[in-house]
Amino acid sequence: MTKPLLIADGLTKRYGAVTACDKVSFSLDEGEVLAIVGESGSGKSTLLNMLACRLAPDMGEVRYRMRDAETRNLAGLSEAERRLLMRTDWGFVHQDAAQGLRMNVSAGGNIGERLMAVGGRNYGGIRQAAADWLSRVEIDTARMDHKPTTYSGGMRQRLQIARNLVTSPRLVFMDEPTGGLDVSVQARLLDLIRGLVADMGLAVVLVTHDLAVARLLSHRILVMKNGHVIETGLTDRVLDDPQAPYTQLLVSSVLAA
Amino acid sequence: MTTAYNFAYLDEQTKRMIRRAILKAIAIPGYQVPFASREMPMPYGWGTGGVQVTAAILGPNDVLKVIDQGADDTTNAVSIRAFFARTADIAVTTKTSEATIIQTRHRIPEEPLTANQVLVYQVPIPEPLRFLEPRETETRTMHALSEYGLMHVKLYEDIARHGHIATAYAYPVEVAGRYVMDPSPIPKFDNPKISGSAALQLFGAGREKRIYAVPPHTAVVSLDFEDHPFERNKFDHPCALCNATDSYLDEVVTDDRGGRMYVCSDTDYCEDRRAHGHRGAQLAEAPAGSALGQKPNIEAAE
Amino acid sequence: MYVAVKGGERAIANAHRMLADKRRGDRAVDEIGVDQIREQLALAVDRVMSEGSLYDRDLAALAIKQARGDLIEAIFLVRAYRTTLPRFGFSEPLETADMLISRRISATYKDLPGGQILGPTFDYTHRLLDFALAAESETMPPATSPVDPAETMTRVTDIIAGEDLIENNPQPADGQPVGDLTRDPLAFPADRDLRLQNLARGDEGFLLALGYSTQRGYGRNHPFVGEIRVGEVEVEMLIPDLGFAAPLGVIAVTECQMVNQFKGSKTEPPRFTRGYGLGFGHCERKAMSMALVDRALRAQEFGEERKGPAQDEEFVLSHSDNVQATGFVEHLKLPHYVDFQAETSMLRLMRAANARQAGLPPAEAAE
Repeated sequence: MTKPLLIADGLTKRYGAVTACDKVSFSLDEGEVLAIVGESGSGKSTLLNMLACRLAPDMGEVRYRMRDAETRNLAGLSEAERRLLMRTDWGFVHQDAAQGLRMNVSAGGNIGERLMAVGGRNYGGIRQAAADWLSRVEIDTARMDHKPTTYSGGMRQRLQIARNLVTSPRLVFMDEPTGGLDVSVQARLLDLIRGLVADMGLAVVLVTHDLAVARLLSHRILVMKNGHVIETGLTDRVLDDPQAPYTQLLVSSVLAA
Repeated sequence: MTTAYNFAYLDEQTKRMIRRAILKAIAIPGYQVPFASREMPMPYGWGTGGVQVTAAILGPNDVLKVIDQGADDTTNAVSIRAFFARTADIAVTTKTSEATIIQTRHRIPEEPLTANQVLVYQVPIPEPLRFLEPRETETRTMHALSEYGLMHVKLYEDIARHGHIATAYAYPVEVAGRYVMDPSPIPKFDNPKISGSAALQLFGAGREKRIYAVPPHTAVVSLDFEDHPFERNKFDHPCALCNATDSYLDEVVTDDRGGRMYVCSDTDYCEDRRAHGHRGAQLAEAPAGSALGQKPNIEAAE
Repeated sequence: MYVAVKGGERAIANAHRMLADKRRGDRAVDEIGVDQIREQLALAVDRVMSEGSLYDRDLAALAIKQARGDLIEAIFLVRAYRTTLPRFGFSEPLETADMLISRRISATYKDLPGGQILGPTFDYTHRLLDFALAAESETMPPATSPVDPAETMTRVTDIIAGEDLIENNPQPADGQPVGDLTRDPLAFPADRDLRLQNLARGDEGFLLALGYSTQRGYGRNHPFVGEIRVGEVEVEMLIPDLGFAAPLGVIAVTECQMVNQFKGSKTEPPRFTRGYGLGFGHCERKAMSMALVDRALRAQEFGEERKGPAQDEEFVLSHSDNVQATGFVEHLKLPHYVDFQAETSMLRLMRAANARQAGLPPAEAAE
C-alpha cells in the first residue's frame, strides 16, 4: 500500500485569543479529493494556507511525499526547495483569479511561465503547450495572445487552472474556485475541474462553503467549525447521514435551499 | 584646490572599501555587490559609480580613456576625463589601444580589448529584474534561488507581440552559467563583446550602490529561446566616413529634409581606420569641427 | 581630425563662466554676502544643513550663494564636501530634555509645566505682503523672552510616559554602533536608526507629501503633536582616551514627537505609539513630516496592514534623497543617442515587417 501524499499533523494557529485552527490532523492519498467545508470564520482558509506553506503554523507540521518518494516535513525544506515544489508539483487556485494570474501578461505567457521557470527555452514548444492547455480548459486558442484583463470571470478561472496544471502537478489546492461566479458558469467550471482531476489523477484539497461543490468534486469531507474539525468521512456518508448536530444543520440548510 | 584632495579624489579608506567590493564582484561573476557609494562632486546619473570604480583602481602610471556613446568628445566624457586629469594628474588618451583603463557609458569599443586593460561601465539601474519586480528584497531572493523564469516571460511576451525579442539595449545576459546581469544600457550589438573578453570588466552603479564584474575570459550569454536566438543587429550601410561594415553606427541628421548619414559611434575606431586609408562615401562632405555628439553652443557661450 | 575634443572642453569652460556671470547678476546691485544669507535667509540655511547632513551655517550659506538659491543644488554641494571629511565617530544621543528652548508647543495639553512658548513662528501671521520690507526697514528688537535660560522643560512624551501610557522608546543594545548609511549601503529591511537617518536627510517636499498622504487615508496613524521644541542642545562625544563624554559644542535643532494610535496585546497593555522627527535649525514642517512618515514606516512592527506608500519602506527610503533623485531625473539630458539609435532601428525593422504583411491584421489585436 502506498504511503499518503500529504499528512497534516496537529496543525494549530492562533491569532491573539482566537484559535483559528486547533490541532487538525488528516492524511490525503494520491488522486484523492478532500473538501474542507464550513462557514466563513471556521478556520478552513487558515488550514489551507498552512497546508500550502503560505502560513507558518504555531504548532504541528505538514509532511509531503516528494517525487523521489521520500516523505519530508515541509518546514524543513529550504526556500529554494519550497519554491520549486510550489511551481512544479503543486498548484494553487485562488478564488480571485487576478491573484493567481499575471494580469498584464498574455494568456500564453501565463501558462508558459512555469515551463520557463523550470528551464523551458523553446518558444514554439512553450506555445504549443499553452495552446494545448487553452483547448483543454475550453478557451479559444485565438485568444492566446490576449491578456486576462480582456477575459470574463469564468475564462480567467479556467486560465488560472491551466496555468497551474501545465507542469502536471500531483497536488492542487483550491480556495473557493467557483466562488463569485454565475450559477451557469459555475456548473461548467465544476464539470471541467471534475474531468481534469479524474484524467490527471490529481489530489486536491478544496476549500468551499458550498456543499453542492463538495458533493460534486470530493471523495471525502472534513467539516470545520471555530477552528475544530467537527466531522470527517466519505462525502456521500457525511452529506447523506451527518452525525454531528452542526453538520446536520449545515446539510439541512443547504439541501433545503 | 586640487592639492586639498587625495590622489584620484577619494580617500584611501574609501578606495580600499571599493576594492574589497570589486574583489568580491570578481569572485562571484555577475553578482551585484552592495558598496557604500560616496557622494561624488558630479550628480548621480552622470557616472558616479563608474568614477568611483575608476578612482579605486587608478594608479599613477595608468592611461585613462573616457567615452560616452562611444565618443571621447561628448561633454560628459570630457568632464570625467578632466576630473581625473586634475585630481590624479594621470595620462589620458582617446586611443583605445593606448588606454589601460577605459571608462564607458553605453558602448564597448570596437577594437578588441586586451589582458592589460580594464573596462569600467557606468550603470544607471544594475538590477535586470527591476522592471519586472520593483522590490529589492524580492529580487535578491530571485537571484539567490536562480529564479529567472519571469525574465523569459518578458522575452516570450516580446515575441508573442512583435514576432521577435524587442529589447534593443540593456539586453539581459547570464554570466558564467549563474547570475542574470544587466550589461548597462549598451546596445545589444555590443553584447557578444562582453563574452570571453581578455579584459576585466567592472560595472559601477553609484546611486544604486552596487558593483559587479565580468572577469576575463568569462562566458556571457544573452538570454533567448532556442528557436528565437539572440541576434546582433546589422546595419544596411557602411560608415559614411571610414567605410567600416562591422561597427555600430550613429545616425546623424544632416538636414531637415530627411537627409541622414551613418557614421561610427566609436570615434577612435573611425579615426584610426581613416588614418589607415579607409575612405567612406561621404568623407569629403562631412561637416568640419565637432559636428557630432552633444555639443553646447560655443558661440552663445562666449 | 573629424571631431575636435577641445570643443567640448571649451564649451564647458564657457558654460561655467556664463553661470558665474548669471550668479552675480546685475553688477549695479550690491553683491550678496554669505553673512547676509546666513542671517537673513536662515531657514534656507537650516534646510541645506539638514538635508546636506552637515551642521555648518557658513558653508551652507556659501553653498546657497554658489547655487544661485537652488537649495537642492546647495544641498548637493554640501554633501559632496561632507563626504570628503574624515569621520571620527558618533556623538552621544542628544539630550533634548535639556534643550535651551526658543519655541515649544504641545497640541495634546492646554497647559503644562514650562508652558507653551510660541517663539518665532509664521503660524499666526496674516500672509499679507509687507511692502515696507521692500524698502530698508527698522526692525524692532524682540520683546523680552519669558523663558528663563536656566530652566529646562520636561518633554511631553516623558510626561505621558510617566503614566505608562506610551510605548517605551526602543533602546539600542549596549555597545551596538549606530548605523550610518553614508558609510554602509542601505539593506532592506532597514532598522529604525537607518530609517531615521534617511528621513532626516530626505527631501522636505517628498516627506511633506508622504506625511500628508497618511492624513488623507493612505496609511492613517492618528497623530497628535505631543510636542514640537526648537532650541539649542549640547553635543557630546565619548572620548575613549578621556573615559568620559566631552562637550563638542551647541547646535540648534527642531524636534517633533508625535503621539500616535495605541497598540496593545494580550501580554502588553495598550499604549500610545511614537513617531519621531528631528532636523538641524528651525525646520518644523520637515520634523513633523518626518515624524508622520517614521510612524507610518513602523506599520509592520505593530502588525498594521501596509497599504499606503508612506508605509512602504523600500519605496520611501529609496526615493527620499533629493540629491539622488535630481541626479537620476536630470541625467536624462545626457546623450542617449546610442540607445535611441538601437530603438529606432528596432522600430524601423518592425515597421518593415508590418509593411511586408500589409493587408494582414497586426499580431496583437486585443490590446
